[in-house]
Amino acid sequence: MGIGSRSDKGSGNLPGPTPLAGQVRRIAMGERRRVGRVAVPMLALLPVAAIVVFFYIGATLWTAGISLTDSRLLPTGKFIGLTQYQRLFATPVWQTSLVNLVILAVLVIGGCLVLGTLLAIALDRAVRFENSFRTIFLYPYALSFVVTGLVWQWLMNPGLGLQATAQQLGWTWFVFDWPQHRETAIYAVVLAGLWQGAGFVMVLMLAGLRGIDQDIWRATRIEGIPVTRTYWSIVLPQLSPTIATALILLAMGVIRTYDLVVAMTNGGPGTSTSVPAKFIIDNLFGRQNLGLATAGATVMLVTVLAVVVPIAYAQNIRAARRRNAL
Amino acid sequence: MSLVAAAGINPHGPKPQRLTLPRIGLYLFLACAAAFFLLPAYVMVLTSLKSMDEIRQAHIFALPAALDFSAWATAWGNACAGNECQGVAFGFWNSVKIAVPSTIISVLFGAFNGYALSFWRAPGSKLLFGTIVLLGFIPLQVFLYPMVRLLATVGLFATLPGIVIVHVVFSVPLVTLLFRNYYASIPIELFKAARVDGAGFWRVFTSIMLPMSTPMLVVASLMQLTGIWNDFLLGLVFAGRDNLPMTVQLNNIVNTTMGERFYNVNMAATILTAAVPLIAYFVSGRWFVRGITAGSVKG
Repeated sequence: MGIGSRSDKGSGNLPGPTPLAGQVRRIAMGERRRVGRVAVPMLALLPVAAIVVFFYIGATLWTAGISLTDSRLLPTGKFIGLTQYQRLFATPVWQTSLVNLVILAVLVIGGCLVLGTLLAIALDRAVRFENSFRTIFLYPYALSFVVTGLVWQWLMNPGLGLQATAQQLGWTWFVFDWPQHRETAIYAVVLAGLWQGAGFVMVLMLAGLRGIDQDIWRATRIEGIPVTRTYWSIVLPQLSPTIATALILLAMGVIRTYDLVVAMTNGGPGTSTSVPAKFIIDNLFGRQNLGLATAGATVMLVTVLAVVVPIAYAQNIRAARRRNAL
Repeated sequence: MSLVAAAGINPHGPKPQRLTLPRIGLYLFLACAAAFFLLPAYVMVLTSLKSMDEIRQAHIFALPAALDFSAWATAWGNACAGNECQGVAFGFWNSVKIAVPSTIISVLFGAFNGYALSFWRAPGSKLLFGTIVLLGFIPLQVFLYPMVRLLATVGLFATLPGIVIVHVVFSVPLVTLLFRNYYASIPIELFKAARVDGAGFWRVFTSIMLPMSTPMLVVASLMQLTGIWNDFLLGLVFAGRDNLPMTVQLNNIVNTTMGERFYNVNMAATILTAAVPLIAYFVSGRWFVRGITAGSVKG
């Protein structure tokens, strides 16, 4: 009884004048309304559906298709199988990019999670000036990556930045010129990313902490459980959905890292701070290496989907279970 | 309490945890963190107010000898990127021309889609929404080349309408998600009541749901405005030379300088580029925070 089931529920208690005629009329009306209920919103969703199909899915397939050809400046359509992928993984810059991506992923995500969580916990301890602190910790998140990159580039200027200032003060051991050297340049990017992203985690975690049942605190205080242990063993496990969300969003940010590197080091010195996103853009527009660039883009796509799809699937199952339990 | 009284201590003040060692440590940690986050802003402002002679002395924390805004004027009006010397003003107006229509169109479009997806259970709308959310995760690099070709085919590549279309298209996942989640929190009875009163698809949207979603309209506009203003990649690829946004121009000014580098001008240009999102952030306060938390709730 799918048709007009909503009105049936209400009419069950009402004594209708002529039950049969009423029912027929109701079904007929429901039928008409049902068509209206479907046709109009389907029409309304047509533009966004078209965008999804053409701009997103179509473009994805197109990119994946080009990556199987020997295209350079323009797409050729000559199928060469997975040769571009073999070339890609044999390219030193791509290898460097992948290593850098792992470094960024571990240090930026890990650093943001730890620092952001600590800041959120600190603000949750009923401190004074909470709003001011929160504003200070979050403002970098409102900035463009280009701005962040340029500011840190200036701070790490070897001759005029923090290092020079500290050395003039007699701290000759103070070295802070990370972007100048191949081995340290990527950690300069890490530091800037941490500076920009920690406040974001703090906001998410603070919202999570405020949602925790305050009785937990009363209970643990009575039991004499130390505050740190309460956070570690009781509160943080409860916030695992929030942590998972922060983790995913940070991971997406790290994979997309492009402007930060361009502004800060432009991939240098040499190619030591290259990242996949930059490698792809460079090969797409600068080096006219379409096949290689699209292969790189497809690798990024597969990587992201391999992370997101299982998580989304697991969340769906969990949500369905919760719905069944209620 | 009685124990404390028995010990002969008179407690006073709001809480007994006032000057304990952990509290001091807590404030110390917050102060250090605040210093870390404020340091770049402090240095940036100071550097922009100094003369190049002062900068060469390399006292990065020292206050400038005199308040000198000439670097700001240069940054705004005639800082050079390569051999084009038009300052960041050119990029500023380009960014305004890009961000304002992109924000308005993408927010209204997202509100409309969120409404259609939330209240009208058209067949396939669940699948559509799931797909939209999933697509939001895909790196933009995957879509760039086809998008360039597509826009070039219709003659919109490297034009103002072109870059606006690109921003609208690529903001569909975020804005749709924001509004769908918002509408999911509105009681369905309200929708039903409007339907019973005879309001159709458009009327429910324009007369009831859109006015009711003012908070989300503000939040989404804020997120979109700052996001589009801060964009670099799309502007670089799609805007074309005449419409380069401020972020791209800033990067060109700072990183493609020939000859002497004017760090005071660079920092002033950086501050000017950061100004719009920063003002939006400071003025909006909690709305910005709300946007972050709303955008992170999936499904």
